[in-house]
Formats: sequence, structure tokens, C-alpha cells
Amino acid sequence: MKLNYRIVIFALAIIFGVAFSIPSLMQSATGKKITLGLDLQGGLHMLLGVKTDEATKSRIKSIAASIKHFAERNDILIDGLTFNDTSVKFEVLDTDDIVKFDDFFKKIEGSIVTKQGSIISLTLTPKEIKKTKQEAVSQAIETIRNRLDQFGLSEPVVAKQGKDKILVELAGIKSQADEQRARELISRAAKLELMAVDEDRNARVYNMSESDAAEYGDIILSDAKNPSIKYLVREIPILDGGMLTDANMGFDKNNRPLINFKLNAEGADIFGDFTGKNVGKRLAVVLDGKVYSAPNINERIGGGAGQISGNYTVMEAKDLAIALRSGALLAPIYMMEKRSVGPSLGADSIKASMVALIGGFVLVILFMMVYYRMAGVIANIALIANLFILLAVMSLFGATLTLPGMAGIVLTVGMAVDANVIISERIRELIYEGKSMHKAIDEGYANAMRAILDANITTLIASVVLYAYGTGAIKGFAVTMSIGIMASMLTAILGTHGIYQLLENKISKSKNNKFWFGIKG
Amino acid sequence: MEFFRYTKTFNFMGKSKLAMILSVFMVMASYGVLLTKGLNYGIDFAGGTVVQVKYTKVAPIQKMREALKSDKLFDNASISEFGAPDEVVIRMKTSSASVTKDIGDVTRQVLKGTGDFKVRRVDIVGPTVGAELKEKGMMSLVLAILGILVYVAFRFEWRFAVASIVALIHDVSIALGMVSLFSIDVNLDVLAGVLTILGYSLNDTIIVFDRIREGVTKNRSMGLEETINESVTRTLARTTLTSLTTFFVVFTLFMFGGEIIHPFAFTLLVGVVVGTYSSIFVASPILLWFGFDVKNYHSKLAEKAKREAEKQRMRDQFESGVV
Repeated sequence: MKLNYRIVIFALAIIFGVAFSIPSLMQSATGKKITLGLDLQGGLHMLLGVKTDEATKSRIKSIAASIKHFAERNDILIDGLTFNDTSVKFEVLDTDDIVKFDDFFKKIEGSIVTKQGSIISLTLTPKEIKKTKQEAVSQAIETIRNRLDQFGLSEPVVAKQGKDKILVELAGIKSQADEQRARELISRAAKLELMAVDEDRNARVYNMSESDAAEYGDIILSDAKNPSIKYLVREIPILDGGMLTDANMGFDKNNRPLINFKLNAEGADIFGDFTGKNVGKRLAVVLDGKVYSAPNINERIGGGAGQISGNYTVMEAKDLAIALRSGALLAPIYMMEKRSVGPSLGADSIKASMVALIGGFVLVILFMMVYYRMAGVIANIALIANLFILLAVMSLFGATLTLPGMAGIVLTVGMAVDANVIISERIRELIYEGKSMHKAIDEGYANAMRAILDANITTLIASVVLYAYGTGAIKGFAVTMSIGIMASMLTAILGTHGIYQLLENKISKSKNNKFWFGIKG
Repeated sequence: MEFFRYTKTFNFMGKSKLAMILSVFMVMASYGVLLTKGLNYGIDFAGGTVVQVKYTKVAPIQKMREALKSDKLFDNASISEFGAPDEVVIRMKTSSASVTKDIGDVTRQVLKGTGDFKVRRVDIVGPTVGAELKEKGMMSLVLAILGILVYVAFRFEWRFAVASIVALIHDVSIALGMVSLFSIDVNLDVLAGVLTILGYSLNDTIIVFDRIREGVTKNRSMGLEETINESVTRTLARTTLTSLTTFFVVFTLFMFGGEIIHPFAFTLLVGVVVGTYSSIFVASPILLWFGFDVKNYHSKLAEKAKREAEKQRMRDQFESGVV
């Protein structure tokens, strides 16, 4: 027995491999583990698109609302307040009042104000539009994450993909009802608007078209419970959910669930002013474009608190409160990709790939042992060490094991022995040439090295490209392949060489080519 | 055991014309199939919806077809068995962009009364996602090939690089041709399979090329054709053995890995066979035909060695203080 640096490194690598793969293998509660991908444990994977155009539109809308409020507050008479996707236009009746707006406009970032006589128009700059869109995406991610956290799922993944896409991965969704709930919670815009009912014209609402309403600066909204009931409301809201500070589920007198909400100081101000001036008229509580209630204003409402009542179940009211609390989505989202895998299918996939893994593994091990005898046994030790190191590295990175990842491991088993086949064949060649076993081993390793390195590096190049351009599960395959290749360089080249050196004395004394390399002496 | 010991050098290059005819035929046939039959893009690339349903008994496919007719969503839907008679997939070209409305729920409703079943998997991919993935997939293939080309040209010589790339294109073409011929659903995993074939086939080619490189530098008197024959023969044992072990595992994956992994395993299975063949009969002869010049290579190597020696001499001089 002769200790050498190779065997020491190999031994350390094995200790490392076994130590760090234990948490994953035993599924222990502590320590870093490999997580199973959604395709193996079951779950919901969604790629959501964000309609960023809507974000600028709603930004403009809320600017319009604040212009209106500012004018009313300062007793400035304005007219013809209209807006399109990126700009607002209005007329100031008394041109002396125009200057009063200067300070107000300064506060609105990223806008260009142009004045033409008494007409003022405000346009968002291209830079601001871009910023608004970006914010809409990051805000949507933040909001969805908040909602899912409060929903109580374990470790939801919410991540940005590309420019305007959001990846949502939910593991551990067990039932259909859970999935439905999660999807509704995510996609709910939760855009709360308090709007004034246009009492002058509301009576004619059933005879009006959308464009008729638009002429008066109104829009037609339907009732949430009964879609046949319509309301004519002013298009520019009194205030929106941005001024909401809190929302909670509560109960009304009849013990029916409802949602209590609170507004911030500014919102409370606006709300107080509006209700004070519009006693006797109706106020529409609009959520996601539907009217939930339209109570009469009996008196000025200060304090900035309100209620949304509807025909909710307790669960619905709770989820709605979560959605409101976590804020509205600045832009609506839509489904680009959805993959849901039931837990039973995931279990079947694990079973099938384990059968393939173990089957392939056993075949390779037996084959190597029969064909190369001791050299095969040594190669098998390296192969097993390789698997442990692969698992350990994946555990340390907290990598996700997907079905293609399993395939990657299976393939690693097949390809990892390649290095040892190359080396053993080289050694055999040298023995055929009449070299001593000891010499043949050293020269064999030297000869084989270059080929193994070149071959592995090219395979690595392919894996890296696969990782960079692959998505989801494919990335998992690339990761296991790459780690497997690198681990095999350590185990199959360094490790096995170390074992031979350890056994050097025995090999030198022995003339038994058959025992060591499976060839006739 | 020494099954694969080859003591006599085979005249591979003598058979190279025959092999070339076979290769050209296979590649042409593959493109023929690809052009006429085309690839059967799965939902990853084409967009659409896949619903996997498992019944407790044999799936009543005829009854299901009738039931699906009741909802417009399932127009042009196809139903096929998936791995076992009790498991089926429903495929549709359409996809819904609504986050809240779920095709899984709709399927559950529509199929009510056809038996006791469970919806096990619902995959919906929008058309834009598919187009993007297709683009990315092509990009990754091209990039992988380019990266490999550069590396091999750097480590060997440009003719080696070109020869290995021709072999790669040969392998990928035939693999895709087979995928088309057997109407395998082309999803992301098949792309991963193709990229793995790239890596695997290259592995084989490089091992052979390494021997040729070694042979060329060692036996200066030997001609290129002889060197190639000897190098291929000497690596033949390794080629057969590794191909066998890899074939074992890919085959078990194909047989027992489950239905979902099937397309991937199939692609690899073809790749292992074709990749082994191409490293012997495609890559090496091309080296010969491209007129890899052994003498020129020798003089280059000699020059390189001379430069190295010169550098070393300068370094020695410098170190000993003589400049």
C-alpha cells in the first residue's frame, strides 16, 4: 500500500460526496437538499405575460383623475378633459388660471406639457412610458409574490423572464380546487376604483352605446352580481386602489362576509371632498371593471374608510382582501404557458426513471467487471463515487431535479465509464506490446489523458449552450450532464489512477494480467 | 475478456466510398422524409394544449371522442393512447390565454360519464412562446456547432474541425429524419436529445482524431490513409465498448423510462448508433479527402517545437543572467 496525493484527493471527494448527498438521499429535514422538479413532485408551472400597454393607460387615467381633483379643489374651471393611451388634454376656461397648474405639473414625472391658448395637453415621454411598462412588470412580480405568500403555499417561485414575462411555479398544489384558487388569486387585477354615477344621464343607460357614453366622458359598467344591471359612471375615477392602505374581511349585520378598506390621508381627503359635494348622488364601488355596490351618499364621509359588499363566501372574501391588500396589478396578465402535473403522474415518472437508472447502472457495472476484471472494479468504484459527487454538488446548489435531469444522470452513467474504457484499452495495448503492468499503467494514463480532456471539453461546450438557451426542465438536464462530466474527470482519471498507485506494489509483484486487466498473460 | 481485441489493421478507408454512398443516401432520405412528412412539432414549439387522462379501466376512446364533440374547445382534438391502454392524451392546436379558465376543468366536465378517470397533466403553450422556443432551439444548435468548430480547430487543425462538423450534421440529419419517419412529437426534450447527440458523436470523433493526431506525429513514414486505418482500428475496442455501455443505458431508458421520456430516449438511441458509425466512416474519410497534408503538418509541428525550444533557450539565458 502506497499513499499518494491522487488517492487522498479521491478519498476526500468521496467523503464530500457521501456527506453532502445524505440529506437528499435520506430526505432529512435539515441540510441542503435537491428539490424535485414540478414534473416529478407534481405542481403548477405558469408563464404569464403582462399587458404593459394597459399600465401606461391606467397611469394616464390616474393623472386625469388628479387634474380633475386639483381643479375642483382650487376652484379652477376646466372643460373637455379627455385622454388617450399616452396623453391628457383639457381646456382651462379662464386663461389666467393656467399658471396655477405649473407647480402641479412639476410634480408629475416624465411628462411634457404643451399649452396652446387655453388648451393644455400633457404627454408622457417615451422614456417614461418605457419606465412605466418596466415598473408594471416588476410590480406585478412583487404583487403576485405577496399574494402567494399570504395564500400559504410553500416556497412559490415568482421570477421575471425575458422583458415582460413572469414565471410562476407552485409545488405542492394537491387538489384541483387549490389550483383554481391560486390561479384566481394570481390573475385578479384587484383594481379598486371609486367612481361617480352620472345621475343626470343614468336613467338612459340601457339605450346608450359605448360610444354614446364616451361622448359625455362616461363609461357603462355592469353589476357584479347581476350583469344585466348597468350603470353609467364618469370615466375618470374619483380615486383608485393606489390610495388603499388596508383591506380586511369583515361581516355585515346579517353576518355576511364583506371587505373593509382604509384609504391613506390623500385618499381620505379626496373621498371626503367628493362625498361632501355630492350628497344625494350615488357612488359606485368598482372592482376590476364591475360595480359591486352603488350606495347613496347620505352625508360627507370622512376618515377614509369604506366597504365592499357582495355575495361572497368567506373564502372568496378572504382572497379578495389579500388581493386588495397586496395592491392592484398595474397591468393585466395573461397565460402564455401552463403546465400542471398531478402528483400521481410525478410519482410514476420517478418510478420509471429510477428503474431505468438502476437497470442501466447494474448493466454497466456488470459489464465492466466481466470485461476488465479488477480494472473494471476500479472503474466501478469511480462510477459510484461519481454519482455521489453529482448528488452532493446538486444538493449544495439546491438544484432542482427534473425528469430530463434524471435522464441526464442515466446518461452520465453510460458516458462516465468511457474515460475508464479509454484508459484500460490504452493499458491493455501497452501490455500487449510487452510492457510491464506498472509501466503500462503510467503510460496508459499519459496517453489517454489528451483524448479524454478534448472529448469532455467539447461535450461541456454543448451542455453549456444547452443551459444558456434551454428553459426549465432542459436546463436541469444540462446541469446534471455538466456536473457529471466534471465529476467524472475527477473520479475516472484522478481517482482510478490513485487506486492503481495505491496498489502499485501488489501489481508489480503480480504477473496476473488476467486478474488485473482481464487479458491473457 | 477480450472480445474486441483487433490485432489486424482493418482497411476502413478502402470501404470509405461504399460508406459514403450509404451516408449520402441516408442523409438524402432523411431530408426527403423531413421535406415531405415534416417534423411533428409538439406543443412546446407549435403551441396548443395537451391533456393527459388516466382511467381506472381501459380508456373508452370512442366514447371520449363523442363526449368531446360537445365543446367547441375540442374541435380538431386528437385522442391517442399514451403508453398504456388506460392512459390517453388529448391534443389540441388551440390554447387559452385566460388565467382563470382552465382546460383541465373543462375536460373534466366534458368527459363526465365516460368512466372513472383522473386528469393527470395539463400543458398549455401559447403560440408566441412556441415560436420563441423554436428560434432559441435553432440558435442553440448553431451556437453549439460553432463553439465546437472553434475548439476543435484550435486543438487540432481546421480540416479536423470541418470533418467533425460534417459528421455532426450527418448525425443530426439522420436523427431528425428518423424522428420525422416515426412521427415522434418534437418537444424541447427532443431538442435536448439532439444536442446530446452532438456531444456524444463528437466525443467519439475526437477520440479517433486524437489517435490520428498521435499516429501522424509518431509514425512519420506512414501515409495518411494507413495512419487513419491503424488509428481507427486501435480505437475500435473503445468505440465498441463505450457505444455498448451507452446503448445499454439509453435502451433501458427507452424501454422502462416511461412514456414521457420516450421521444428523448428514441432520439438518443438513433444518435448513439449513427454517432458511432459516423466517427469511423464519415469523419475520418473526410479528413483524407480534404487533403490533410501530413508533411505540412509535420513541418508546422517542427516549427512549433523549434519556437518552443527557442523560447526555452531565451528563458534559460535570461535566468542565468546572460542577455
